[in-house]
Amino acid sequence: MNDILDGLIAAFWLVVTLDADLLDISLRSLHVSLSALLIASVIAIPLGTALAVQRFRFRRFVIAVLNALMGLPPVVVGLIVYILLSRSGPFGVLGLLFTPTAMIIAQVIIITPLIASITHQAMRELWAEYHDLLISLNTTKRQRIMTLIVDGRRALLTAALAGFGRAIGEVGAIMIVGGNIDNATRVLTTAIALETGKGDFALALALGFVLIGLALAVNLAIHWLSGTERRGRW
Amino acid sequence: MLPLRTKGLTVRRKSQHLLGPIDLTLDGAGITVVMGPNGSGKTTLLRALHGIERLSGGTIDWACPAAEAHRHQSFVFQTPILLRRTVAGNLRYPLDLIRAPDRTALVADWAARAGLSDKLQLQAARLSGGERQKLALARALITAPKVLFLDEPCASLDGAATRAIEALLHDAAQSGTRIVIATHDMGQARRLASDAIFLVGGKIAEIGPGILSKPETPALQAFLRGDIL
Repeated sequence: MNDILDGLIAAFWLVVTLDADLLDISLRSLHVSLSALLIASVIAIPLGTALAVQRFRFRRFVIAVLNALMGLPPVVVGLIVYILLSRSGPFGVLGLLFTPTAMIIAQVIIITPLIASITHQAMRELWAEYHDLLISLNTTKRQRIMTLIVDGRRALLTAALAGFGRAIGEVGAIMIVGGNIDNATRVLTTAIALETGKGDFALALALGFVLIGLALAVNLAIHWLSGTERRGRW
Repeated sequence: MLPLRTKGLTVRRKSQHLLGPIDLTLDGAGITVVMGPNGSGKTTLLRALHGIERLSGGTIDWACPAAEAHRHQSFVFQTPILLRRTVAGNLRYPLDLIRAPDRTALVADWAARAGLSDKLQLQAARLSGGERQKLALARALITAPKVLFLDEPCASLDGAATRAIEALLHDAAQSGTRIVIATHDMGQARRLASDAIFLVGGKIAEIGPGILSKPETPALQAFLRGDIL
């Protein structure tokens, strides 16, 4: 109980004094996770929507694989990305290992199936609702996908936020490919793991509270920016 | 685009016979009313003519290529399918698809005709049942289709909403839109029909402009009397 209290007090002081290390780590966490979210959304939202609209051979198999990939162990993703980016790996020449870019790549691989799968579920329902109308209006496949994305934006926002939640809280993969290097690849989750290992529970908890606060703030900011509640438009 | 001719038009689903064979010609102007008891194939016929129902047999021939014919027709469903957008967004959608000029003016004009001018910025989902169907009809008419199919558009509406929809249909027919409407309502059929088709068991039992005043088959006579078929 004392540890939690100490953690809360430490978190409070770290935030109010705008601790330079905390700021650096928090900004890096946001940079890595938001970049991964942006890239994954660009891939996953059209993919999930196309899977809802298109009928093709092995479609069910692709959906089953996508759903299975949602449970991809981050440590395994980290290991595979590590091997691919290491000096002896096929992409070793790029020199990306132990950089934020490598962490973004790992997170994109982890959250893309999650966003695509949630998108597919939501778009499947919307497509069932719109199917007859969009066929009747003689829409092209591209127009159908765009209509579903525009009209299903609330569900897509939920999918994106689920992806962000998974990315910002992820530790296994980014620890392996980032290396938790101070001032280079250290983010909130890897810093928490490090401080816990060192036995500094108060600091680890403080970082944990900051992480939770950051995740909440991003969620609220996205909702506010999209006007979900404010304008009652959804 | 017209005449529309069907020959041996048949629809089956999982060994269940839904419609046909249907041979009919749709030409000229006016409003064709499709009547029949539940399960007689009214909806299936309209969907097949519109091209959104897969045929099991037969042909549908327009006077122009099928793709072009499809671009110049609209469909209003029994339960209106509205986009999760505002009233204005729903009206604008088909205009955006064809990149029509003067979209804003057209949206304002059709909202006024449908009595929805004061609700343009309201979410379509918040409209009443009658308003939703009027919006669906206005959206179908906004592109000035040459043929309009309606599947029991007034099935669950009150008198005022039905009257408003029939007024829109009369205006559209006078503007040259060929209308094919399925209905259960004998009063509506008599008010609207310039000719009629009576379906029983997926087949045409009677067809022609005078069948409502001089029915020949016992089935249509019973139907017009209001007997349960």
